[in-house]
Amino acid sequence: MLELSVNGQRHALDAPADTSLAEALRDELGLTGTKIACNEGHCGACTVQLDGIPVLSCLTLVHTVREREVTTIEGLRDHPLIEAFVRADATQCGFCTPGQIVSAAALVAANPSPSSEEIRHGMAGNICRCGTYPKIEEAIASWRD
Amino acid sequence: MARLIRTEKEVEGRYTEQWIVVEEDTLKQWPEGPLETVGRPAQRLDGLQRARGEARYTADIQLPAMLHAAVLRSPHAHARVKGLDLEPARNVPGVRAVLGPLTEEIGYHGQAVAAVAAETLEEARAAAAQIRVEWDVLEPRLDPDEAVVLTELIGRRTEERGDVERGFAEADVIVEAEYRTQTVLHNSMETHQAVCEWEAGDRLTVYISTQYIWGVREDVADHYGLPPDHVRVVCRFMGGGFGSKNGPGDYTFIAADLARETGRPVKCALTRRAENLDSGNRNATIQRLRAGARSDGTLTALEGEFVNATGWDGWLSSTGGPMEMLYGCENVSIAEYGAKLTTGPMKAFRAPGFVEGTFGLECLIDELAAKLGLDPLEFRRRNHSDHDAVDGRPFSSKNLLECYRRAQPHWDRREEVRARSEGPWQRGVGMASQIWYGGGGPPSYAWVRIGADARAVVITAMQDIGTGTATAMAQIAAEELGLPVESLDVSLGDSARGPYATISAGSSTVPSLGPAVRAAAADAARQILEIAAQRFEVEQRLLSLRGGRIVSSDGGSWSLDEVTGLLESAQILGKGSRGPNPTGMRVLTFGVQVAQVAVDVETGEVRVERIAAIHDVGRVINPLGASSQVEGGIIQGLGHTLSEQRLLDPNTGTVLTQTLDSYRMPTIADLPEIVTELIDVPDEHLTNLGSKGLGEPPIVPTSAAIANAIRDATGADVRSLPITREEMLRALREARERRSERVGAPAG
Repeated sequence: MLELSVNGQRHALDAPADTSLAEALRDELGLTGTKIACNEGHCGACTVQLDGIPVLSCLTLVHTVREREVTTIEGLRDHPLIEAFVRADATQCGFCTPGQIVSAAALVAANPSPSSEEIRHGMAGNICRCGTYPKIEEAIASWRD
Repeated sequence: MARLIRTEKEVEGRYTEQWIVVEEDTLKQWPEGPLETVGRPAQRLDGLQRARGEARYTADIQLPAMLHAAVLRSPHAHARVKGLDLEPARNVPGVRAVLGPLTEEIGYHGQAVAAVAAETLEEARAAAAQIRVEWDVLEPRLDPDEAVVLTELIGRRTEERGDVERGFAEADVIVEAEYRTQTVLHNSMETHQAVCEWEAGDRLTVYISTQYIWGVREDVADHYGLPPDHVRVVCRFMGGGFGSKNGPGDYTFIAADLARETGRPVKCALTRRAENLDSGNRNATIQRLRAGARSDGTLTALEGEFVNATGWDGWLSSTGGPMEMLYGCENVSIAEYGAKLTTGPMKAFRAPGFVEGTFGLECLIDELAAKLGLDPLEFRRRNHSDHDAVDGRPFSSKNLLECYRRAQPHWDRREEVRARSEGPWQRGVGMASQIWYGGGGPPSYAWVRIGADARAVVITAMQDIGTGTATAMAQIAAEELGLPVESLDVSLGDSARGPYATISAGSSTVPSLGPAVRAAAADAARQILEIAAQRFEVEQRLLSLRGGRIVSSDGGSWSLDEVTGLLESAQILGKGSRGPNPTGMRVLTFGVQVAQVAVDVETGEVRVERIAAIHDVGRVINPLGASSQVEGGIIQGLGHTLSEQRLLDPNTGTVLTQTLDSYRMPTIADLPEIVTELIDVPDEHLTNLGSKGLGEPPIVPTSAAIANAIRDATGADVRSLPITREEMLRALREARERRSERVGAPAG
């Protein structure tokens, strides 16, 4: 039995040793806001935070999380970035959007006024095939408006 | 009145002649320019659901007792299945059904051979790995030119107008070049997948990530011999398609077969690696082109041989289309071949054929303009055609000259841009024109339902592939009903909950479905006014809907719910359908892009610094969503131009690039400045909206504009996509050699 703290709530779950955090969140806890798009750490769609640091949940074994607090998109639903993304039209198909917002939330927590360069550096690990990048940059630059 | 017409229907540049029942479109177009809601930026209706991670995609569907499928795929490009032993898979714990062989002859690496359904995905994968296949490995066929010689073809097409030989004889200057484009993959973020569930033995529900729920319904019903109404297809949200999800695909039939055998719902989802093998592609092309012009810049002849590396299956996309259609040249000859190869089948990919063909043609045109010493923009103006160059038909509307006029300030920056070259970084500006379809057509239907609370729902069994369909449809209905867009909901994505609507492909969503939504809203508005006239004892002709109220031109005004409130739990239902396209006219989209690049002539690195995109797609419904479409198209075009490429092992034909680190798509760090300008003038002949589609046009000219900017910056002719450093350095070397030959050549 494994204990996991996700978005401020404690969970107990039974997971084989090779279960990824993404699988545990989606399949065991029903937190399907975290998406799996490549399942091998190349695209960023599965990004969650561990103690505020963005990680790829598809590459993180759930048994290695231990006491660290997991924050998923479900825990960021009241974050001003959500409104900023909608306002800027920073979502098209939307499949990568939760991962984008989780990454962006970590970025603005560390640096509330990121420059264009800093946004591009911080967000380069999150692929968006629809090409919403200009709007993502705008959303992050204006997240506190 | 319903009218039966025999009409040409166009999707992705493919025409079919068919019977269509249409209702006459009797509504007059709205006046030009932004209205109350239409033509003004609107946030996505479902933006919050997407941003908050609440949107349920097929990937998120988890049905009670659902099994998971794993597919065994061929490791060979070309092989025969001599023997298949499924027994080891059946003995793996958790396995509930095994299927195979799915085919006898394998035609590409990654083609499905067998499938397993098990309680968990891990068990299904473990079982699939136990299946033993005895292969008879055959020679791969990878060379498109060889396939043409052997007449191993999937389609061929030749077109000729005028007299090309005479045209070349009249030319003062002729250029000839071979261009190549690579195989690129859609790589939608949500992989191809479906969940299938049978009920009562003869009813099937398919949850699927698709661009066309009605197409899936028809194909699935046909495959299983079911009445179409026994097949329900659901796609509430889907994670990208770009042309690759226009049909059911074998994953749907695998899921449905396994579900039928086990009596339980089954999900079959491609892994990312399978997505890179077996979900379609934009086929590679070889284009051997020749163009001639008089010294005044008049094109006298265009000739092209286009070889598409179509693959094991697919269709012949029109790579020669831009050469036929873009310029008013009298003498044109094209020959297109679809090579049947042992590679993954092509599928439509955002303006299939025209993206590839525009790269070749528009680079050739610039090479010709350079040889003539003419300004490339002026050259294009001189060869503009005000009627369809193919068959002389008038255009329903064409504002390409206005696009050129609006491009001029961006074009005029080139002196200043070139002057900013420094060290190894050479800067330049290039342009390319765009022609493509995007007029949509019938049939498409919508209902608009208004309740007692004066809120309205647009109901249509359309899908939203991420372009903002729901939002645009809400805006159109809101405009007609005089309601704020916040009073609208849109119900889509379920074939059992609404009428037929168009495929989300061929830039057809707004031009096909939009007019039907407007007609449905107008039908509902008429009914409200009929009731209001009786309730308030006013002549109906004096009444209209504005600002959420019923307004009488003689001064009276009532809030809308004073009428709708009479309905209690009942509703007003308006119905609308898409009328016919204008007869005898060609409906096309146009545009131009101007790219600014910097090239490091020592390392061959290319950076795209800026792209200005000016497109003419008729009336724009949502300028915010439209700018996102333009940016998205350009960014995909950027990947196509610089970094994306499916690589094959040249000996075996197996795919080397199966992951998103080896198949390199643009990231936010690659982003150029993008300037979007839309002409936004309604097409007066096209439907009650005057709107054309915008999904595809923006990707069409991007690669040629970038290549032409590279020539402007460096004098090098890049002729092969992607423009890797290797290709860039090759082109630079060739340009240097050309210059030194010229310097070394005797005068005269």
